[in-house]
Amino acid sequence: MASITFREVEGSSLKYWLLFGGLGLFVLFGALAWNTMHHYGHVVTGMDNQIVWGLPHVFAVFLIVAASGALNVASIASVFNKPMYKPLAPLSAILSLALMLGGLLVLVLDLGRSDRLIVAMTHFNFKSMFTWNVFLYSGFFGLVGIYLWTMLDRTVKSYSKAAGTAAFIWRLILTTGTGSLFGFLIARELYGTAMLAPMFIIMSFAYGLAIYLMVLAAAYAWTGRTLGDAVMMRLKGLLVVFVAAVLYFVVVHHMTNLYFAKFHGVEAFILRDGGIFTTLFWVGQIVIGCVAPLVILLSGLGKQRTWIMVACGLVIAGGMAQMYVTIIGAQAYPLDMFPGLIENSSFYDGVVNSYTPSMPELFLGLGGVAIALLVTTFAIKVLRLLPASLDDATVAKLEH
Amino acid sequence: MSELKPMSDQTPASPERRRFVGGAAAAAGLAIAPGVMLHQVAHGRPEEQAASSAVRWGMLVDATKCAAGCDDCVTACSTENGWTPVAESKHPKQAPQWIRKLELQDPLTQVETNLPMLCQHCAEPPCVDVCPTGASFKRADGIVLVNRHTCIGCRYCMMACPYKARSLVHEPLNDTQKPDVPRGIGCVESCTLCVQKIDRGDGNTACAEACTAAGHNALLFGDMNDPESEISKRLRELPTKQVRADLNLNLGVRYHGI
Amino acid sequence: MKRLLALGAVVLTTAALAWAGSDTQPKAGGAPMPVIQKAVKGEQCVEDTDYMRRNHMVLLDQHRDKTVIEGVRTKKYSLKECINCHASETTGSVAAAKDDFCVSCHSYAAVKIDCFECHSTKPQGSIAMHSLNAETAHYKHKLAAQATSKVSVEEMAGVAQ
Ligand code: SF4
Ligand code: SF4
Repeated sequence: MASITFREVEGSSLKYWLLFGGLGLFVLFGALAWNTMHHYGHVVTGMDNQIVWGLPHVFAVFLIVAASGALNVASIASVFNKPMYKPLAPLSAILSLALMLGGLLVLVLDLGRSDRLIVAMTHFNFKSMFTWNVFLYSGFFGLVGIYLWTMLDRTVKSYSKAAGTAAFIWRLILTTGTGSLFGFLIARELYGTAMLAPMFIIMSFAYGLAIYLMVLAAAYAWTGRTLGDAVMMRLKGLLVVFVAAVLYFVVVHHMTNLYFAKFHGVEAFILRDGGIFTTLFWVGQIVIGCVAPLVILLSGLGKQRTWIMVACGLVIAGGMAQMYVTIIGAQAYPLDMFPGLIENSSFYDGVVNSYTPSMPELFLGLGGVAIALLVTTFAIKVLRLLPASLDDATVAKLEH
Repeated sequence: MSELKPMSDQTPASPERRRFVGGAAAAAGLAIAPGVMLHQVAHGRPEEQAASSAVRWGMLVDATKCAAGCDDCVTACSTENGWTPVAESKHPKQAPQWIRKLELQDPLTQVETNLPMLCQHCAEPPCVDVCPTGASFKRADGIVLVNRHTCIGCRYCMMACPYKARSLVHEPLNDTQKPDVPRGIGCVESCTLCVQKIDRGDGNTACAEACTAAGHNALLFGDMNDPESEISKRLRELPTKQVRADLNLNLGVRYHGI
Repeated sequence: MKRLLALGAVVLTTAALAWAGSDTQPKAGGAPMPVIQKAVKGEQCVEDTDYMRRNHMVLLDQHRDKTVIEGVRTKKYSLKECINCHASETTGSVAAAKDDFCVSCHSYAAVKIDCFECHSTKPQGSIAMHSLNAETAHYKHKLAAQATSKVSVEEMAGVAQ
């Protein structure tokens, strides 16, 4: 097996610093948004006592789920022993850490009492999925961190496979945990299904890989390094499988729900009468997130790099739409306390709740994305994460 | 329900005894207005004694007596507990509501039912199960509360409650709270069954008092563990239902006439 | 080594106090002095003044858990009783103005008070700005005798350490 040279990106060009500054600006906006929300309270957001989890949760859960998926490439390399993926593994690990950091920050800064984080770290209720997630997330940082270390430091290289396997198993549990955050809510009908956790896992594969591909391509294009078609096409094929699997799971999920009479109401809401949520489901989640990327990737267009990037972008956009429908749509649909009766009250019982995200929420979410990208940008400058070249010849040598 | 009543020193103390013990415990006891003594006390317990699981506080709502258009219970709650009535709030969608009037209508028969909806003080509360910090908790006597010292405002409990009983305080309250009812920005809150009144020995909630005062008598509060209590007797006489009984949460609020 | 540590502690504390005091308040010897108003009610606090200055937070912390979780509402160590005694005569509150009992020391020590985002700063039954209500009116005569006292910087530094 031929060896590969990893090298830091130079990161001294104007372009690098512009990127760095631009991301930094969004991080700053995010901080300001948090400050506003913290100072005035959640009254400045679009969230209320009906829609209690809003846009920040959409961003946060998306980032956390994608973080787990971004580790995919590394897992394939070490757990499934595919040498071709080995040079791609370090970026995969760092990106996954960065996305996790961004997601957690958004989640935590959206708390009503974000100043009391220490309480969340010292008081635990082990019946709560949330508590388990706190441990899953910290464990993730630890394990992926160790894994990254085994990849970067030759002296501990022999542990790489063990660390990689541990991280792989851990992040499967983690995504199950994130999915279960919702699955345990007996009150919300949309979540009344065991499919949620496996669905989150497969979604994480797709979203994480889409982000990974975009970051990889951007990093190589902007640093003038060669990224051969072999790598691109291989990852593209993987993306096709994942996106198709997502589509399959979504269809099965809704079909099973339609089978049970008690879910008919909420299903009709998402699939037919939900206004913005129905639109987001069909146009966002299904067409933009699944069908369009599949068409692009499977047709002749999928041979062109730009189109692959477009497909990745669509998968990400579709992923956001899916999170929006899952998290906010489920809350918009009224709780059915008295089945068959028309409810009316000052607390918006029995009505479909509306939600308009506010600027602070949007910028808090974007701030999380910016942090993730900023960390990645900085990490590839200071650490040897990217192979100096990934041209077809180098990659081909790895396989033999 | 077959649990025996506790030993003799826990049997309902007379108001005088309770006041006496309380007064002896702290010199400031002398500040208590004498008028309070005349109050009927259902379950006085000495001040230094913790709430006991021998008691389970609950409420019986007789929807057949709940009057359309009347919201005396809601007003009484907001006055007692210091939350702004939703009509006066600048942000009605974000304003907390501990109790609300619910109008139900059968689309087929047009029959209307009125009832107050509030925290059901579940014996198996989903809000407590999901709370990451343990801030949501069930007190020994069955009252489900939020400990605002440890609530981080994650709103997971609001997502979990099947009755939409909980609210987040969305804005600063600027020292408008009642001394007996601390509540504040960024924390979640809900009906406390007037825990401050219960601990004082009032033996009734503000909403039930108001309903009785208005002559409707739709709300009856009391100890569901005590077979001799008014509420237990009525529960034996009247057919009652739990809202969303399918969830099996064993609710502390029972409804008649729904 | 010990000496060095002690020296370090002194330097740090001084620096911290100086920084904490970088308000608009009048300064004395580099640090502003907290104004400590005498309690309106009562002669003696539930514990020694010295002990309370250092440990009131511990007592309050323990008592709050007993009250909230167990429903024990004894008066000793309850925040409500602190407020009943210490609310200022002018503002009727322990934390409305910068010289009010709690705020005065806390801003001096630069320790954020988290209590009053949820707890009322005024005694029970009081109407805003009226410190003396039905419950406390009979203490009025005491006020005349008690002047507002200032604590020395040394005393406070002792507390801070
Ligand atoms: S009604 Fe809701 S808030 Fe009240 S105890 Fe049950 S789950 Fe908790
Ligand atoms: S909002 Fe507060 S009470 Fe509710 S689950 Fe979160 S920490 Fe617990």
